[in-house]
Amino acid sequence: MRLEARLEQLAPIPLAADIACERGELLALVGPSGSGKSTILRCLAGLHRPAGGHVRCGNETWFDAAGAVDVSPQQRRVGFVFQHYALFPHMSALANVMVALGHLPLAEREAKAHEWLARVNLDGLDARRPGELSGGQQQRVALARALAREPQALLLDEPFSAVDQVTRRKLLRQLIQLRRSLAIPIVLVTHDLEEASLLADRMTVLHHGRTLQTAAPAQMLTQPVSALVARLTDQPNLFVGKILCHLPAQDATEIEWQGQPLLAPHTPAFAAGEAICWMVPAEGVVLVREDQQGRENTVLARVAESLAWRGHASVTAYVGGRRDAALSFAIGASVAARRGILPGAEVPLQLQKSAIRLLPPDPAVIEQIPAAGDFSR
Amino acid sequence: MDWQALSLSLKLAAATALLLLPFSVWLARRLAWSQFPGQGALEAAIMLPLVLPPTVLGYYLLLGFGGASPLGQAYQALTGRALVFSFDGLLLASLIFNLPFAVQPMQRAFASIPRELREAAWVSGLTRWQTLLRIELPLAWPGIAAAAALTFAHTLGEFGVVLMVGGSLPGETKTVAIAIYDQVQAFNDSAAAGMSALLLTFSFLAVMFVYRLGRAGARR
Repeated sequence: MRLEARLEQLAPIPLAADIACERGELLALVGPSGSGKSTILRCLAGLHRPAGGHVRCGNETWFDAAGAVDVSPQQRRVGFVFQHYALFPHMSALANVMVALGHLPLAEREAKAHEWLARVNLDGLDARRPGELSGGQQQRVALARALAREPQALLLDEPFSAVDQVTRRKLLRQLIQLRRSLAIPIVLVTHDLEEASLLADRMTVLHHGRTLQTAAPAQMLTQPVSALVARLTDQPNLFVGKILCHLPAQDATEIEWQGQPLLAPHTPAFAAGEAICWMVPAEGVVLVREDQQGRENTVLARVAESLAWRGHASVTAYVGGRRDAALSFAIGASVAARRGILPGAEVPLQLQKSAIRLLPPDPAVIEQIPAAGDFSR
Repeated sequence: MDWQALSLSLKLAAATALLLLPFSVWLARRLAWSQFPGQGALEAAIMLPLVLPPTVLGYYLLLGFGGASPLGQAYQALTGRALVFSFDGLLLASLIFNLPFAVQPMQRAFASIPRELREAAWVSGLTRWQTLLRIELPLAWPGIAAAAALTFAHTLGEFGVVLMVGGSLPGETKTVAIAIYDQVQAFNDSAAAGMSALLLTFSFLAVMFVYRLGRAGARR
């Protein structure tokens, strides 16, 4: 069973999206608000009809604009967890779950609903109405209701956005455990990259209804295909530069950045002299010892900010005192204390060649990078 | 006390409420949840009976139901009787002048049900009918009950339109409100007082009931 869709429309939200989620896989749709994530989920569930494209699950066609097929939400058999859960306020938790058990004989529904509530650790709260449950409990009732339908696909629309941080961690852990037992495609809509990285096997980045890249979270964060994807996935170290020359013998391409040369992995797609965007993930920026300043790609930077939290320090440092050359990296808080990483300190940083990625220039993204010497931002 | 007029009024009020409620549920849901061309004009037209002088509304209904109108002629051909100055004509007029009282509270009640709830019902497998019966009606019931109470009480009390369309035929179109007017005209104050007190009490109870429902709805 594989959920696969191509969705096209111009209004009310433009869509040009390709989605594919394998059985047992969790696919996260990420992107800023208004990027069409929720609309895509609604298209999959049959709650919104796009102008063109198709939706297929296994060997069933749920929607096909060309073939005029549009299966109703009732017949698609999807489990849908809404952002604000959409529990029926006049019904108990048990009755809410029983609503989704219409496919079972009447006599079996109550026992089955009890079973589902127990599976999400809500036994004992069956008689409570949604208004008498906490946000986290409501979310679990919504999940039980979605799964009780024995769906062919599970769709989660920002299921963790309406609960506090602590509850969110608990619910995340529960979902991670629960999904091992689910052999169906799961599509999760979220704007939270951390959540997507924790839960998803693959993630798809969306912008203005267009799917830009689909990859495993780790790959997405280290190998974005464009500057836009890098920006949407919150890459802190995204800059503009220029190709100096290609050095195939060293498997490298030399670029110029802030007046100094840097070695990047060999990327023959760009011509010498061409302007480019380039990025290095925070993990690719390494604090080196004072006596290692001669290493390749090592730059001097002045610490602007160091934020410590739970044993980790998140550091921002300006290369050459320039705000448009702000490098972000993370180190252990104890290392930061030992090395005196405080605002004003000058530190040698190595940009690991293998972690650098050269990207086509993107005027829209370049505009977002603060201009040299612009201290107002 | 004019028992015949009272029983006629009750019959008219009950028939109006019974016939108008299902139609109003349909209309109120459409107005609350979908947008269609001419919606503003339709909503304004539904509200008209609230602001029009009853004589003006009655005049147009009289024209519309009269023997010269297509509706009047069709009714005549079907039943052999005239629609104006008959109970049927009065009932039809009552359905029209009660529209705002039936539609308004329901429209507000349905509009307060989030779209997500209906969608959750559909993806849970409930058909549109099951969604109406198990989700929408239970959630909108304070509005529906308020609509029923207002329609019932307003029908008992309507005077101008009834007089214009129905006249004052005992047992056919003479309602309590008309009977009170007739008694006052005949200087029969004690009969008028009894019936007036009855209508006053009933209307007060109906309005109180509506307010209690409103609070019950707001608490959930």
